[in-house]
Amino acid sequence: MEVVDDPAIVCTTVQKEFVLRHTRSLKEALIWIVKGRKGDLSKKFDALQDVSFTVARGETVALLGLNGSGKSTLLKLISGVLQPDKGSLLTKGRIAGLIEVGAGFHHDLSGRDNVYLNGAILGMSESTIDEMFDSIVDFAEIGEFIDTEVKFYSSGMYLRLAFSIAVHTDPEIFLVDEILAVGDEPFQRKCLAKIKELAAAGKTLLVVSHDLDLVSTVCERGILLEHGQLIADGPVADVVSELRRRSRADE
Amino acid sequence: MPPGRGRGLRDVLRDRFLLKLLVRKEIRVRYRGSVLGLMWSYLKPLLQFAVYFVALGIFLNLQGSTPNYAIYLFSGIVLINFFTEALGNATRSIVENRDLIRKIYLPRELFPVAAVWVSAVHFFPQLVVLMGACLIVGWAPSVLQIAALVVAFLLVAVLATGLGLLFGAVNVYFRDSENIVDMILMIVTWASPVLYVWSMVEDVLGEWFFLYQLNPMTVAVELFHWVFWYPTLDAAELAAAPMPPDLLTLWTPIALALTVLIMFLGQITFRRLSANFAQEL
Ligand SMILES: Nc1ncnc2c1ncn2[C@@H]1O[C@H](COP(=O)(O)OP(=O)(O)OP(=O)(O)O)[C@@H](O)[C@H]1O
Ligand SMILES: [Mg+2]
Repeated sequence: MEVVDDPAIVCTTVQKEFVLRHTRSLKEALIWIVKGRKGDLSKKFDALQDVSFTVARGETVALLGLNGSGKSTLLKLISGVLQPDKGSLLTKGRIAGLIEVGAGFHHDLSGRDNVYLNGAILGMSESTIDEMFDSIVDFAEIGEFIDTEVKFYSSGMYLRLAFSIAVHTDPEIFLVDEILAVGDEPFQRKCLAKIKELAAAGKTLLVVSHDLDLVSTVCERGILLEHGQLIADGPVADVVSELRRRSRADE
Repeated sequence: MPPGRGRGLRDVLRDRFLLKLLVRKEIRVRYRGSVLGLMWSYLKPLLQFAVYFVALGIFLNLQGSTPNYAIYLFSGIVLINFFTEALGNATRSIVENRDLIRKIYLPRELFPVAAVWVSAVHFFPQLVVLMGACLIVGWAPSVLQIAALVVAFLLVAVLATGLGLLFGAVNVYFRDSENIVDMILMIVTWASPVLYVWSMVEDVLGEWFFLYQLNPMTVAVELFHWVFWYPTLDAAELAAAPMPPDLLTLWTPIALALTVLIMFLGQITFRRLSANFAQEL
């Protein structure tokens, strides 16, 4: 693996396994212990295997792969929601992740309360949020809905608010997981412009999207995952054509 | 820096703003759409008090043998309620906040702590009512007694946090945890001298009485009695109702030590289990 001067994310032989069948009661677990721990209590499978890569600060990386290949899992590991089972993962700088639409929103609270809650979770202080509040609402174009409970928002409005908060936290590493899809055309353009602006300002970007053309315009580098394994890492155009070649070969 | 590896309860101290927002969120969500709102936190203990007072104080005539039984009863109920609410909420806090925990990283200890905090918000108005009632019957506590009040509060808060961390974390893996806690909460009202006086237990347990005193809730409730109930008694009544032996000198320090130990155990278990919260919820 190449050594990078100023790494933002260093991922070394990361493995993540998930339990497929869950036991939710003590009874089952006790019976299993009494029976002499025969068999596996739960089936496991590897969502990520032996994944290693380094992202330098200021790089823009597209994370590509088919459904279920482990992209979201990888982003969750980077954001700290999940912990790797093996290997190590290091990050430098503040991370803002848009892993799912409305992650960190509480649907019974108003948009205003959620801006504060989500902002605080992403590491903003009270005074910063006070200061940024109007700008956040303006960018999201939520207008008077800001005092409505977010459960009454449309998915696009969710996304707008979430995206707006995330970009206002001024993160050094920005993770985006195929959420832009629910925004309408003008807002997608606006987000794209903002993402490009962040990239130009030297932020590290990690974008997951199935819109390969969009991703090619935003990112320089591509990483391709297949069944939890990293199979290609290089300039985005090469990785995109590799993905296309592979999915055609499947048919 | 490895992401998502917190420093436990110390993170909570650092993230006080986030804690404040979570507490506010809990209260808002709880009373959303309710007309009486926070008033419910007065009504419930008052009803409970009335039921116990009629059943035990009047029907079983504990009121005759215990002077100022109403104050005796209410001071215990207020404290026990704080504990049951705090522990119950803290145990459920992780599972109930799974939407947040699954999708975004924040120090997970915040949730049980916020749950205990919310219960404290409910507890303080009740405490004020209790103080008011005591003042009417001529309550004049000493400085030491005020200190004991704070100690008793901390005992209960820390105990509920410690047990809440433990059972809250286990609850993610085995939802049985909730039911175990419900059972503990059913017992706790009877396992500490809230409804009756401690000497009745001593008569029965004899030399095993120390087991009863090892319960930190017993100590906390007795401290509350010492703070609120004893100052309202006159000399003759005081002679008839002695304090439990060595309450301040021996059992309070023991209860404090036990409680802190429980919190450490809770914190250690919580940290070990919390690494996999997001995928298990
Ligand atoms: N908490 C979990 N428990 C069990 N399995 C899980 C869990 N989270 C993810 N998985 C599994 O891990 C695999 C990878 O999922 P992941 O969400 O990372 O895929 P993805 O690459 O983001 O796919 P998509 O393109 O559909 O978003 C899937 O097979 C999924 O079922
Ligand atoms: Mg995904």
